[in-house]
Amino acid sequence: MNITKQEVEKVAKLARLELTESEKAAFTKQLSQILTHVETLKQYDTTGVEPTATVLGQANVFRPDEARPSLPVERAVVNAPESADGFFVVPKIIEDRQPL
Amino acid sequence: MSIHKLTLYELHKKFTAGEVTATEIVRAYGLRIGQVESKVKAYITQTKDSVVTQASALDASLKGWRKTAPMMGMPLAIKDNICTEGVTTTCASRMLGNFVPPYDATVIAKLREEGYLLLGKTNLDEFAMGSSTENSAFGPSRNPWNLHCVPGGSSGGSAAAVAADECAAALGSDTGGSIRQPAAFCGVVGLKPTYGRVSRYGLIAFASSLDQIGPITKDVTDAAFLLGAIAGHDPLDSTSADVPVPDYMKALKKKDLKRLKVGVPAEFFAEGLDPDVEQAVRAAIEELKALGGTIKEIQLPRTDAAVATYYVIATAEASSNLARYDGVKFGLRAKETKDLLDLYMKTRQEGFGPEVKRRIMLGTYVLSAGYYDAYYGKAQAVRTLIRQDFDVAFHDVDLIVTPVTPTPAFQFGAKSEDPLQMYLSDIFTISVNLAGVPAISLPCGFSQTGLPIGLQLIGRPFEEDTLLRAAYAYEQSTQWRTKKPVIR
Repeated sequence: MNITKQEVEKVAKLARLELTESEKAAFTKQLSQILTHVETLKQYDTTGVEPTATVLGQANVFRPDEARPSLPVERAVVNAPESADGFFVVPKIIEDRQPL
Repeated sequence: MSIHKLTLYELHKKFTAGEVTATEIVRAYGLRIGQVESKVKAYITQTKDSVVTQASALDASLKGWRKTAPMMGMPLAIKDNICTEGVTTTCASRMLGNFVPPYDATVIAKLREEGYLLLGKTNLDEFAMGSSTENSAFGPSRNPWNLHCVPGGSSGGSAAAVAADECAAALGSDTGGSIRQPAAFCGVVGLKPTYGRVSRYGLIAFASSLDQIGPITKDVTDAAFLLGAIAGHDPLDSTSADVPVPDYMKALKKKDLKRLKVGVPAEFFAEGLDPDVEQAVRAAIEELKALGGTIKEIQLPRTDAAVATYYVIATAEASSNLARYDGVKFGLRAKETKDLLDLYMKTRQEGFGPEVKRRIMLGTYVLSAGYYDAYYGKAQAVRTLIRQDFDVAFHDVDLIVTPVTPTPAFQFGAKSEDPLQMYLSDIFTISVNLAGVPAISLPCGFSQTGLPIGLQLIGRPFEEDTLLRAAYAYEQSTQWRTKKPVIR
């Protein structure tokens, strides 16, 4: 399975990773090698085989819906790169528009 | 008495008897770490002053009485992907270089409740992705038996710290062999519990359907002792199992394998197995027979599929789990970005190392539109077949015995340029995680170059006691544990 540099760029964008040119070149080659190995799974007949998502076979796990102590806001934001008044600060995401 | 040479359980008995204080323990380990850490580089963070304060407070609280909990006063090292409130937890990543968790992992809360002493946080491959600690953003740890060799990974710092007597015991985590492989490379004992046996709450997620925390210790007794302290159901981890925890120390009473059937899977003795490793493991199987075990040839026919299956499932889960590192809520944030998307892209470019990026890329690819069924769906179905292989085998036998790794510890740089070769070296440990069963790695000999060799015992789900019983019988009938590395 050979993947192209364009595919690497597309996947990197989906993964929100900015890659350098040398990383793109290395990943194009390495991911092709790894996926070629993964293709060996085709030899196993899995017709009608249920997929395994978890080995424990649990369904949903519920707890009573009761209020409990939780992490105070000031401690929840303590590791944030930027915070103000208990909020996470991010770059502006709504564009300025001219008033109608 | 050299405190650092004692096993965890020996130290516990002395502490309980009042023959040694917490302050003396911390002082002894401070000296030992001072002697060898510059060579071994097992730790990312040492607690130093805070553990001294912790120890003297503990000693003061014990004045006049001596009833202690199992882990009270016990000096442990914790893999740096397990959250410790107030103590930096980096995952060996630039992304979390300054992350100070505001809460404890459940395993840490249990140890803290008992009054353990945290010596420090140990090195790992970044986000537990790797087999050598060469992927740590803070540089690799070294194998105490030969400083030119890797200690294994990803829990390489924990295994090296135990082997070098830089802690009494350690915790690691195992997603595809990350406890057992470094334990084998460093000549110590490593136990990966059944999936669900130990809470994952506060373990920084890599692959959630595979990750499990477990002990890395100087001997089998210590593994039983430490597992008992961390095992059990936890409402904070919805995948933790509500199954009673037996007294694992009781599993050590029989020193034989009478009435136990031990399976030897032919697939694990195929070409590519180092002759020294094969010889040591074959000799160990003879010893298990001499101890009363019935040896039986078995098949695990889908063993060849394990690496491919694992690297699809683990990377898919990782790509999803690591989406949280976006430069907003915690961790690194790139400077000088033009908008939110640019902030995400640049933060992740700067924060993650090459192996983490490679796995995020692979995981994103196998989950992307058009490839999901062909790769992820297929791997999940083959995972079912691998589980069925174990189910069938465990109808016939109580335990499975295999090598832990195809070779002893390799030299730095030997595989770091070829990711597929590095992945293929996980062949003997990976299927255990896919099946969710427990397994233990313990020393069974040395290569001609003087490097430790590991024996793997695999058991039925929640039968860690059977594993420990067999491992203890073997350990007690051999002398491997008495050999210690000379660090130079």
